[in-house]
Amino acid sequence: MGKTLFDKVWDSHVVSTIENGPQILYIDKHLIHEVTSPQAFNELEDRGIPVFRPNQIVATADHNTPTLHQDQPIKDELSRKQLEQLSENCKKNSITLYELGHKYNGIVHVMAPELGVTQPGITMVCGDSHTSTHGAFGAIAFGIGTSQVAQVFASQCLLLTKPKSLRVTVNGKLRNGVLPKDVILYIISKLGTNSGTGYFCEYAGNVFEDMSMEGRMTVCNMSIEMGARGGMIAPDETTFEYVKGREFAPKGEEFDKKVAYWKTLPTDSDAKFDKEYSFDAEDIEPMITYGTNPGMGIKISETIPVDENPSFKKSLAYMNFEVGESLINKPINFVFIGSCTNSRIEDFRVAANYIKGKKKAANVTAWLVPGSKQVETQIIEEGLKSIFDEAGFELRQPGCSACLAMNDDKIPQGEYCVSTSNRNFEGRQGQGSRTILASPLVAAATAVEGKIIDISKQLN
Amino acid sequence: MEKFTTLQSRAIPLHIENVDTDQIIPARFLKATDRKGFGDNVFRDWRYHKDGTINTDFVLNDSKYSGSILVAGDNFGCGSSREHAAWAITDFGFKVVVSSFFADIFKGNALNNGLLPVQVSLAFLSDLMQRVVSNPETELVVDLEKQIISVKDSELSENFEIDAYKKTCMINGYDDIDYLINNKEQIEAFEAQKIY
Repeated sequence: MGKTLFDKVWDSHVVSTIENGPQILYIDKHLIHEVTSPQAFNELEDRGIPVFRPNQIVATADHNTPTLHQDQPIKDELSRKQLEQLSENCKKNSITLYELGHKYNGIVHVMAPELGVTQPGITMVCGDSHTSTHGAFGAIAFGIGTSQVAQVFASQCLLLTKPKSLRVTVNGKLRNGVLPKDVILYIISKLGTNSGTGYFCEYAGNVFEDMSMEGRMTVCNMSIEMGARGGMIAPDETTFEYVKGREFAPKGEEFDKKVAYWKTLPTDSDAKFDKEYSFDAEDIEPMITYGTNPGMGIKISETIPVDENPSFKKSLAYMNFEVGESLINKPINFVFIGSCTNSRIEDFRVAANYIKGKKKAANVTAWLVPGSKQVETQIIEEGLKSIFDEAGFELRQPGCSACLAMNDDKIPQGEYCVSTSNRNFEGRQGQGSRTILASPLVAAATAVEGKIIDISKQLN
Repeated sequence: MEKFTTLQSRAIPLHIENVDTDQIIPARFLKATDRKGFGDNVFRDWRYHKDGTINTDFVLNDSKYSGSILVAGDNFGCGSSREHAAWAITDFGFKVVVSSFFADIFKGNALNNGLLPVQVSLAFLSDLMQRVVSNPETELVVDLEKQIISVKDSELSENFEIDAYKKTCMINGYDDIDYLINNKEQIEAFEAQKIY
């Protein structure tokens, strides 16, 4: 029987198998940041264990960083200390760190692909559940807890039981105004938030084949929101072209050799998956969420469904929405375009293209937070910044920002925020805040109109 | 890591589905750089109102209920990979979480911190939840060796699954680092001959 893309990458990284137990899986690249690494460094130090392969670790500061005045000392004492500790730990252990202000600094899942750290066929981990993003390259990439961060520090390996395989196929032609974010929100709304638990998910079909790397990253990023530890897309010419020439990508002959290997990775035609789903691209419309988990999504033109489950009702009560209600024309005061899901250059191009010549509604606070310094530079160089400035949008400096509101970028109590991030959990964007997930296009349109509109009607 | 063999305790019923790790410990409390003290803020925004006053409607603030077992709704621990969630729950005093479904990363984090995730059937959970809610003095017995969870002095019990390796770790208080470091030579040999 043939092998899946996931099987091929996994099997080539198994160091050994414990009888009736997990496998030792070798990890090629380990990404770290300030929030989930300090306790792991402490643990190693307490136990007198050295970092085994510091050259395979890349560090950045992103979760807890301000998006204004990054050149000045951080005001919040705890945040400042956490960043100082990251710097000290990296220095002590000879780990490359792209700290705040560095030209390569950014959200871990934006900067690593940009630098060519992310490559097909490798295994990658990070103490962050959205590490699934890197699966867009045909890598096995997944989020881990801090105890596992310590394990990788100590041994460059993890003890894991091989997950089951799942494939989601989407074929057909996407409608006008339907972006990769809508595709993944649609899939999660159909499958629910725990359908992928215990699985690694491969996305297949012409919809993903036709997507840019940025789009594929948006899709794989949200795999964890249906419970899947990771998502993967077969590497192809689009992937190779993206990786080529980047800072840490293989060069010259070595690159050609790698490409020859990467071409062997896609799933064999006779491979079997443990679970399969397929969807028709024509059925997907611009999406929006109405509840407090990412599976609670509808087409923007639909109404909130009926459900008698008490947890569903609790969720609607938190959002102050009613069963059967449409979200069209809901006034919105906050819009956030950013996060590891949608803060790449393509996302800002989509937003700028819509915003050009228009003005932000007076009631709206609109934050645009690039995923990295490189994206920020590109926004300025391509002239997008002036479009945003003229329309009254506020371009901030890179970081995770209002996606998880660890820094000062918080949405006030009771306010709705149309957000391009990945989670609409209670209080995720600030205590009492109400998050509505959407694509950068829907977010931009909301900011201009000051309310949710049916973008598909406007486009067609 | 603390050893775990058996536990008899009362339980606290958290009758909510899809409890995500942002609810268990909100992001604003993740600025600490050690593992201790997160219990003060476990379920912070459900336990307290925004003005800092206690939300008496929340089960953790209901003095009727006590114990070191948390009985929670389906799909517990989804969302962020923050191990702070497992630290917060153990720091508060829980040693076992019972649910009909756990998110992968949370489950792994719990096991790495001596917190036992006991996955039971939906029917068992529903029965258990109802008994604990209606009688806060209900005693549960969790036997890891035999992989059985039961309600004391009743017929209600169910077997639960756990990875054999993880079970040994929990019973003996071992963690994965010990195992991995003892296999360094094998890891180095793998590095020398890897095919990709």
